[in-house]
Amino acid sequence: MRKPWLKRLAHASEPWLYSAPSLILIIAVMLVPLVVGISYAFRDIQLLNPFSGGFIGIEHFRDLAKDAAFYTALKNTLWWTGASVILQFFFGLFLALLLDKPFWGRGLVQALVFLPWAVPSFLAGLNWAWLFNPVIGPIPHWLFALGLMDQPGNILSDPRHAMWGPIVANVWWGIPFFAITLLAALQAIPRDLYEAASIDGANWFQRFRSITLPFLAPTIAITVLLRTVWISNFADLIVVMTGGGPADRTQIVASYIFTQAFKRLDFGYASAIALVLLVLLLVYSMLIILLRQTLLNKD
Amino acid sequence: MASIQIEKLEKSYGHVSVLHGVDLDIADGEFIVLVGPSGCGKSTLLRMIAGLEDVSSGEIRIAGNRVNDLHPKDRDIAMVFQSYALYPHMTVAQNMSYSLRLRNIAKDTIGSAVAAAASKLGLDPLLERRPKALSGGQRQRVAMGRAIVRQPKAFLFDEPLSNLDARLREQMRAEIKKMHGDLKATSIYVTHDQIEAMTLADRIVAMHGGVVQQIGSPLELYDRPANLFVAGFIGSPGMNFLAATYAGGSVRLADGTLVALETVPALADGESVTLGIRPEHVVIANDGSGMRAAVELVEPTGFGIILHLSLHGLPFKIFTLDREALNSGKEIGVRFPAQYLHLFGTDEQRIA
Amino acid sequence: MKRSVLPTIAHRLAILCYIAFALFPLFWLLKVSVTPNDLLYSEGVRLWPSRTTWDHYAFVLQHSAFPTFFKNSVIVAASTAVVVTICASLSGYALSRFSFRAKYLIVALMLLTQMFPLVMLVAPIFKILSPLGLTNSLTGLVIVYTAFNVPFATFLMQSFFDGIPKDLEEAAMIDGATKFIAFRQIILPLTLPGIAATLGFVFTAAWSELLFALMLINGNSAATFPVGLLTFVSKFSVDFGQMMAAGVMALIPAALFFLLIQRYLVQGLTAGAVKG
Repeated sequence: MRKPWLKRLAHASEPWLYSAPSLILIIAVMLVPLVVGISYAFRDIQLLNPFSGGFIGIEHFRDLAKDAAFYTALKNTLWWTGASVILQFFFGLFLALLLDKPFWGRGLVQALVFLPWAVPSFLAGLNWAWLFNPVIGPIPHWLFALGLMDQPGNILSDPRHAMWGPIVANVWWGIPFFAITLLAALQAIPRDLYEAASIDGANWFQRFRSITLPFLAPTIAITVLLRTVWISNFADLIVVMTGGGPADRTQIVASYIFTQAFKRLDFGYASAIALVLLVLLLVYSMLIILLRQTLLNKD
Repeated sequence: MASIQIEKLEKSYGHVSVLHGVDLDIADGEFIVLVGPSGCGKSTLLRMIAGLEDVSSGEIRIAGNRVNDLHPKDRDIAMVFQSYALYPHMTVAQNMSYSLRLRNIAKDTIGSAVAAAASKLGLDPLLERRPKALSGGQRQRVAMGRAIVRQPKAFLFDEPLSNLDARLREQMRAEIKKMHGDLKATSIYVTHDQIEAMTLADRIVAMHGGVVQQIGSPLELYDRPANLFVAGFIGSPGMNFLAATYAGGSVRLADGTLVALETVPALADGESVTLGIRPEHVVIANDGSGMRAAVELVEPTGFGIILHLSLHGLPFKIFTLDREALNSGKEIGVRFPAQYLHLFGTDEQRIA
Repeated sequence: MKRSVLPTIAHRLAILCYIAFALFPLFWLLKVSVTPNDLLYSEGVRLWPSRTTWDHYAFVLQHSAFPTFFKNSVIVAASTAVVVTICASLSGYALSRFSFRAKYLIVALMLLTQMFPLVMLVAPIFKILSPLGLTNSLTGLVIVYTAFNVPFATFLMQSFFDGIPKDLEEAAMIDGATKFIAFRQIILPLTLPGIAATLGFVFTAAWSELLFALMLINGNSAATFPVGLLTFVSKFSVDFGQMMAAGVMALIPAALFFLLIQRYLVQGLTAGAVKG
């Protein structure tokens, strides 16, 4: 005997009713514009040029293939993303381990060390730009005093080291994210496992390696993946702190898109770069997921 | 109160079938216990009656009305969950009155219903507490109270006592039985504990692998188990089974001993059978007669003694009230009284 | 038990280093914002100026549109937080409690939204919103921010719902509640920490957003704090005291909100982490 179709329909549509507001918003404000944005990559869209707008096929991509600035940006993106993610991860993991065991005042400490996350990203950028500024900030003077600098200069205008400015700001800003996620995962590890391991005679490092790491692994994998993608797309700090300079030394792909779109108002070209970045990130994610799958299947 | 009929009820998840055609007729006011090992489908069956799981095929009727497509709220049943499922953000009184408030019943009616249920369960001093501030036993009572404040057509219990310690479990078991005596409410009770099943049930439904194995009164299941599964599941310690062959009114055990049967079953000589006897029915023969069995372990329970033996090299148990058994030597003699023997065929069904 | 105190000291020291690293930039912001102009350069590297002043704050409040920016930002951030939390509770509930075929499609869609630079959407969104009269309006900003924040908020809420036993809804349904009433009266009250976390998270995110605020709004009347601060910075780029005073003011609401909700955030992620 089958259910009345009306009832089955009502039953099947229930999850859709709950998801509808979110889905409609995402589709209308993100998916549709994304598709439109992708179409721009194949069109000539320049805001100041009233004759633009025509379909030009893959011309943007041809230009892109010859664009030396793009390759520089790609290299810088790797550098920026790699350094930021690795530093954020290790400092975040260490912080999470420090916060995992109870001590007096932990609640307050936790609130304070996580505070940078609440700082608006552009303000974090401004703030660090000021800190690196020898006129107003202490850092150049400290570096000078330590003998790391010949004179108290601005690291952000030094082509060789400029990238470290945004990276330091990014690490400062991003440690809490890793720490929060990893702390949550740490606290989900059953305590009696550690007790059992202690009774078995495992020292701190052995416990860390044989219990903590395996339990954290899934969280680490997914967090690092998401964070890598996110940081590759994260241009705020660079735009605010260096604008890509000096001499494109801090220009990453995301900030290059920003420059193309808003300094040169060439939305078509900007969309083409964004599309390439999206594809690269999708490929990267797929590779990571595949890698994870094969590693899981091996066990 | 109402009767419940279940006809050819089946449940499958995709290609996995968990209930294979259950038929069950529950009379008004009857206390039915669904018993079986975990994964036997008893909880699924209960949840289907409650409306928490869809029916794949077959029919459920409550008070004569088909309820297959009715939402749980429209079935007018109450349920006590294993986890109690008390609403953490409501006080005991609010927990108990929630169902009545949802039905827009007048405030003073609700008040008196809650007060009556609370006094019946001894919950009066706890009414303003939150579940978090209650002990396990108290939570269990609140869960019961939540079920009895309204007069539902049926009570469903999903292993309600399994989170309590042994003493409390015993006490609550008695209270549930007493309450059923007072309310005469149609009840369906799921448990894996055969003592609960034996003590509470008007009728027990023994289930295994999604199939009903036997339906009957507790003593019927104990005295005449329909198959090997029920024979092994009901009773503690479990029934002893011995492989044997039929030989003209007797059965021959592996070592050649002939054991006389009470009645003569319709079997051909040489057919394989399984002989079953409960540990409490085995007689210890101190006079040297009977089969010889090696004593491997002696477990005094205080009330009686469990002897773990090895009979023809197979594990075998005896339960006896005789303290003398504590002093048994390395070997004892055992006899099987004919009236306590169970005989099962190769299809695992009861023969005699 | 008597243990060596050395690890404990090392632990506290490490914690202190983290606190110093986390707070020093914010401390510096505060320090410069209260340093009188004449001491700014002469006492540039001192940890605290010999004299302090509130002049920069007074100037920012009196001679700029910051009160308007502040009001706009509060309206936008608060409305976004509320709308996102409502939408995300519903969709998070759907992902947590129903198993339906398109579930993975929805999850994939939400993950996709986290994969590309949002810069790419500026021009298309401008084109879509402008005929609707939603550019240069706070409503338009709220709609855009809501959509941007719904995916993460949905995952966050889902992990909170996953932490609530299904038994409770089933008990409610047997007590006579429809699924929606069970959701509203039983499940939602139990996810209050999750709702607080989501509200705080989204408020902070919406409060901080710069790119779209910059692109969709022109003129001061509908500008939000980040836009105001940035124009202020480019206009008065020599007056560090005033910029930092404005910065401190931009920071306060977000920081307050964050301090209130951060422990629920860990809780929510733990609830999800249990499930793996």
